[in-house]
Amino acid sequence: MPNLTMGPKVRKPLHLHDDTLKELENKASSIREDLIDMLVEAGSGHSAGPLGMADIFTALYFHVLVHDPARPQWKDRDRLILSNGHICPIRYVAMAHAGYFPKEELMTLRKLGSRLQGHPEREKLPGVETTSGPLGSGSSQAVGLAYAALLDRSPWRVYCAMSDGELDAGQTWEALLFAGRNHLYNCTFIIDRNNIQIDGTTEEIMPLEPLVQKFEAFNLNVVRCAGNSIRDFVNAVERAHGVREKPTVIIADTIPGYGIDYMEYDFSWHGKPPNPGKESETAIRELRTLAGRIVSEHE
Amino acid sequence: MAHMQKIKPGINREAWLVRHLFDEAKLKALPTRNGYGDGLVEAGKLNKNIIVLCADLTESTRSLAFKEVYPDRFVQLGVSEQSMASIAAGMSLAEKIPFISSYAAFSPGRNWEQIRTTIALQNSNVKIAGAHAGVSVGPDGATHQMIEDIAIMRVMPNMRVLIGCDAVEAKKATLAAASLAGPCYLRFAREKSPVFTTLKTPFKVGRAETYRFGNDLTIIATGPILYEALLAAQMLSQEHGIECRVINMHTIKPFDTKIVVKAAKETGAVVTVEEAQVAGGLGGAVAETLALNNPVPMECVGIQDRFGESGNPTEVQEGLGLTAPFIALAADRVLQRKQGRGVPPIPAHVTAAKELLEMMQQKVMKEALSRTPKKWGGKKSNNSLKSRT
Repeated sequence: MPNLTMGPKVRKPLHLHDDTLKELENKASSIREDLIDMLVEAGSGHSAGPLGMADIFTALYFHVLVHDPARPQWKDRDRLILSNGHICPIRYVAMAHAGYFPKEELMTLRKLGSRLQGHPEREKLPGVETTSGPLGSGSSQAVGLAYAALLDRSPWRVYCAMSDGELDAGQTWEALLFAGRNHLYNCTFIIDRNNIQIDGTTEEIMPLEPLVQKFEAFNLNVVRCAGNSIRDFVNAVERAHGVREKPTVIIADTIPGYGIDYMEYDFSWHGKPPNPGKESETAIRELRTLAGRIVSEHE
Repeated sequence: MAHMQKIKPGINREAWLVRHLFDEAKLKALPTRNGYGDGLVEAGKLNKNIIVLCADLTESTRSLAFKEVYPDRFVQLGVSEQSMASIAAGMSLAEKIPFISSYAAFSPGRNWEQIRTTIALQNSNVKIAGAHAGVSVGPDGATHQMIEDIAIMRVMPNMRVLIGCDAVEAKKATLAAASLAGPCYLRFAREKSPVFTTLKTPFKVGRAETYRFGNDLTIIATGPILYEALLAAQMLSQEHGIECRVINMHTIKPFDTKIVVKAAKETGAVVTVEEAQVAGGLGGAVAETLALNNPVPMECVGIQDRFGESGNPTEVQEGLGLTAPFIALAADRVLQRKQGRGVPPIPAHVTAAKELLEMMQQKVMKEALSRTPKKWGGKKSNNSLKSRT
């Protein structure tokens, strides 16, 4: 078992002030818009998951993560592992906004010669920590990284974004057993609990509930939050940082397709983008104000 | 032929094989997995980033040797081969050099996709050690006799595939894997096998070694079964005056195309020998190479599209045609073809093995059942059971 201490702290307190929250919400809104533009341009790709996770990725890249887009290989950066690789469009847009690569590259998603592969590849795009797509392996890579970090007393943390559907995969639970056994408190799993998978709702296809109890039984600290509330999510991360005995799972209740009326809650939008024309126009129009739900944009 | 080697047939002195190569009494026997254990300890001493992961098979994979010396760098996974592959990939992203250890049937058998995505495609510096490969696992049966591993690993881009022919070479392969950046698969066997190479025997990843000179035909072998190939070559030379070239193909990937093409050109006939599925295995690799470069008659000794079965290791190896006499039969057939003579559609080394297997099965079953005690419906006294005597 690795020594349970981390190296010197480099992170600032996560507490969100109102003006920061406002900035983050506006950022999330513009990231969503770019996301839809990019997906329509690509003509294929996943919509529902990336939209639902836009707030969390914004919070991660612009508030939570200790990172430096100019130095994607900086050894003390926090590692954000994306286990459900298919929602990579949201990561790409967030990365472009953060300055990892020029925004013009968003035009190239899923095209021949692009660094923005349909499913993310570490070897292609600096800043993408792992190659993923086949579900279930991100959690294992995350705990491997977290273990190595504790072994070396490194200060960085590991965040693993994963889907609820991929909790069907046995490998995930193998990784969680390992995380609990080794007290990998420097590792935080973020579950996109949007209740959908390709063939239907998760509770129809392969019921996951009671999920909190499942994670607790695996010796994990569990925090539940509203995944489309940046404040709630950041609070959840703060609580994860407060626990030094166990890794934390943040169950982020998200709305798939968040921000576009005709996509929300509809599993059929898991794996396709809106068509150019009416569909995409409606999408962009609704996203500008999240159909009136984003407070920051009205002020 | 114009470029025919002028070297005298016989063992290559520069291969530095043991002097008592064919003296069974003097030959040491060790399982190649021991070479893994020894190699790990030495590699761990040279590089503190080396970490060994094991999926609940610490003793039998020989990871134990490393655990005892470097307990802090040994990681127990439990029965989680899929997670183990990806956890190792994760560790490699933090500069560690993980060796993942299990039986080949489970790793890379069970976790092939995790290896493909998180190790090969990601080009992670992870080494995969598959112990108990081949049918010589014996009594454990087909579930544990991994014979498809060469095929499934050699098709993976970025992957290297190394197979030591004895414990000494297995150790060299382990050390080489530790010092090479990138993914690597190491194949080991459970059973003891002759230790016939020495510390001085050359070993370089990607370069096959000629252990015996000869120009009548070439035998290309990989793993401990290479010793059987040397035995067959010795027998063919002594009894029939047929001189075989014998090549140790310890690296299946990157494949030494040059030595194979040269051998085909100079000897005009090739036999491959492996304790694995011929399809996709060494046989497949050599067939691809010859077909693309210099087709010559070729025969394959190995597992012919079937699974293994329980039995003691020697019986299983013989019954599946994996010993010297069958290699000699394959050599005879390839020579017939080289000389343009007709041969039966099914090779003799295949039919002979099949017959032998059936005969041995009947014999072993008959012996076992002849001792059935009364309580199980037999005629013998219950006291004749081994547990009672």
